[in-house]
Amino acid sequence: MQVSFNKTDSEDTDSLLHLAALEPGQEAVLDHLRLPEDISRRLMELGFLPGHTIGVGKAAPGGDPRVYRVDGSEVALRHETASRLLVRRPKKEKL
Amino acid sequence: MSGCHDCADCPAAKFPPPPAKAAHVIAIVGPPNSGKSTLFNRLTGLHQKVANFPGVTVEHHVGRLRADTDREVLLVDLPGVYSLLPHSEDERVTHDVLTGLRPGMEPEAVLLILDCTNLGRHLLLAAPILNLKLPTLVILNMADDLRNRGGQVDVAKLSAELGAPVALISASSGEGVDKVYQFIQGTAAGRAKVKAPLIQLPVLQDIPKCRRWASEVGAGAAYRAPEPPRWTRRLDAVFLHPWAGPLIFLAVVILVFQSIFAWATPVMDGMKTLVEASGAWVAPHIPTPLLRSLVVDGVWSGVGSVLVFLPQILLLFFFIGILEDSGYLARAALIADRTMRKFGLQGKSFIPLLSAYACAVPAVMSARTIENKRDRIATIMIAPLMTCSARLPVYTLIIAAFLPNRPLLGPILGTQAAALLGLYVLGFLAAVLTARLLKSSILKSGGTPFVLEMPPYRWPTLRSISLRLVDRARVFLRKAGTVILVVALLLWVAAHLPLQNGKPPEIGQSFAGQIGHAMEPVIKPLGFDWKIGIGLLTSLAARETIVATLGTIYGMEGEAASHGLQQALHADLTPGGALALLIFFAFAMQCMSTLAIVRRETGGWRWPAAQFAYMGLLAYAGAFLANQLAGGAVTRLIAFLQ
Repeated sequence: MQVSFNKTDSEDTDSLLHLAALEPGQEAVLDHLRLPEDISRRLMELGFLPGHTIGVGKAAPGGDPRVYRVDGSEVALRHETASRLLVRRPKKEKL
Repeated sequence: MSGCHDCADCPAAKFPPPPAKAAHVIAIVGPPNSGKSTLFNRLTGLHQKVANFPGVTVEHHVGRLRADTDREVLLVDLPGVYSLLPHSEDERVTHDVLTGLRPGMEPEAVLLILDCTNLGRHLLLAAPILNLKLPTLVILNMADDLRNRGGQVDVAKLSAELGAPVALISASSGEGVDKVYQFIQGTAAGRAKVKAPLIQLPVLQDIPKCRRWASEVGAGAAYRAPEPPRWTRRLDAVFLHPWAGPLIFLAVVILVFQSIFAWATPVMDGMKTLVEASGAWVAPHIPTPLLRSLVVDGVWSGVGSVLVFLPQILLLFFFIGILEDSGYLARAALIADRTMRKFGLQGKSFIPLLSAYACAVPAVMSARTIENKRDRIATIMIAPLMTCSARLPVYTLIIAAFLPNRPLLGPILGTQAAALLGLYVLGFLAAVLTARLLKSSILKSGGTPFVLEMPPYRWPTLRSISLRLVDRARVFLRKAGTVILVVALLLWVAAHLPLQNGKPPEIGQSFAGQIGHAMEPVIKPLGFDWKIGIGLLTSLAARETIVATLGTIYGMEGEAASHGLQQALHADLTPGGALALLIFFAFAMQCMSTLAIVRRETGGWRWPAAQFAYMGLLAYAGAFLANQLAGGAVTRLIAFLQ
């Protein structure tokens, strides 16, 4: 697996959006976590690592919490947490 | 274990080490959902017990290995963790045990169990474990899953990379478990050597680096990740469908509720009859009447009041076992989360709170599926406010005694049923408000987010579910049983002493009666006299006891006397007092079994004591207000209905 840990270039930060903004079925690459360190660490242990691809899966009725596919497993997060994870769309994806 | 207050719980107490050779302690570590408990159960069977580390509420199992070894081998099942960085209590305990900071429990070897269908992420834990330099067997579980989904791993290469032996197994089918036995026999005989890994271990605090190390190791071992679980995706398309999902959820909820509420009742009645019949059978064999009463009314009925809950507990845990092992519980928690969040709780609180409508004891025990400690304690704290089945006999007696039954909504809802429904709503509201209060103050979750791993669906095995049932039954009988027995004996003594002319006194003259009289000034504002006071006292053991106690006080016993008892109550209680009594029972924590279980599950007397005080205060205040303010209105309402 190819993993990159470099921070995004500054001109790229405009294209960042938060994870909760993705539509079901979409994928994006995690850029960074805007959360206190211990919580970031917990999420990283679960696979939410910068540079990794996150896919959007099923959700509870009402769309919250939602299941995310990350690093080989599925983890559900509430909207309030997912909106703190900043992602960018993979380059190959055409909008 | 010095400073241990709970000797019965101490593993050393149960398994005294043989004098010649000390027991060989092996720790089992793994991330949540790695199949750790399944392997532990397979290795130890029923030779295990649950224990709490002194001073913390983290639970662990200790078991004796079923194998021929020179030394006795003790397996310690540590809580599931993702890393050894101690930021939760579970992780701190795991860290402390592995690094030898828990005296009497220093492991000489480690079984590290990982899910090989997700090796990249699970290998994260291998770095800190191998860094301990203890003889370690890396167990790759779910071998059958990996194979079926087209994944692959080279065990020999992985073993060389990590510098530790590796076993590819399936804990649920037993495939490859012989390798685990071989390893343990080796370490018990002191033959294990610790080698350094080929690829140097990363800096443990840096998770991205650890993850890169894991990827490198995986690549070196020719690891090919399996295809995504196709069946899980298909089942989720149904179970998490926008409208079919909630419908299935509702059906499951109704099934569980129905089973613990309706189906368990005949078994519980049977249990009660059995206890009474055996008591009646024993009675003639005891010569002195006083001793006979002590054994039959004290000990026997005390034991019976515990046993009576057992069918309900087993049934509930049978269903929870299926839900949890199959993977549906995570989906149910996902669906329930939005609603539970309104009360400051989370999805996983749903099943325990639902169970609390039958009985708070299994509800409190089932709260263990909630990993977040604060949410778990909040759930435990409010569970006894839900209307449990033991309140029903009390509610029915008082409502029937005071409220004339008139149709309210045609034949569907009468006034009596409406009153009963109102009490259910009252309990629910009290629970919800308490949850909000707790979660916005002392049990505020801080920044801890709701994170829920969705495991793939699996077939539950009868073996693992039945082992868990035995485990739960043991915990319940031992913990609740001992407390209940003591309380039952104390109550018997209070009701049968001091002797007058060698005979037990009238209940009014007994210690219980004296206490009842003494507390009359306190309960007078609630509209209760000393007889109700005695009833409140005996109902401390279990709520429904008050019906039997009042029967004794008024000299009426048996089912036939129910009508007489209603009339007697009518003479002693004002309508306001009756309402106060109902409200008192809705709020008060009159259940020793629940208190005993809360003590067990929260690891001390702090929470059950707070619960008892809070609910008692609520009950007193509620009953006081009801009697002082609503007494007149209730009287007029009853007159109007007549």
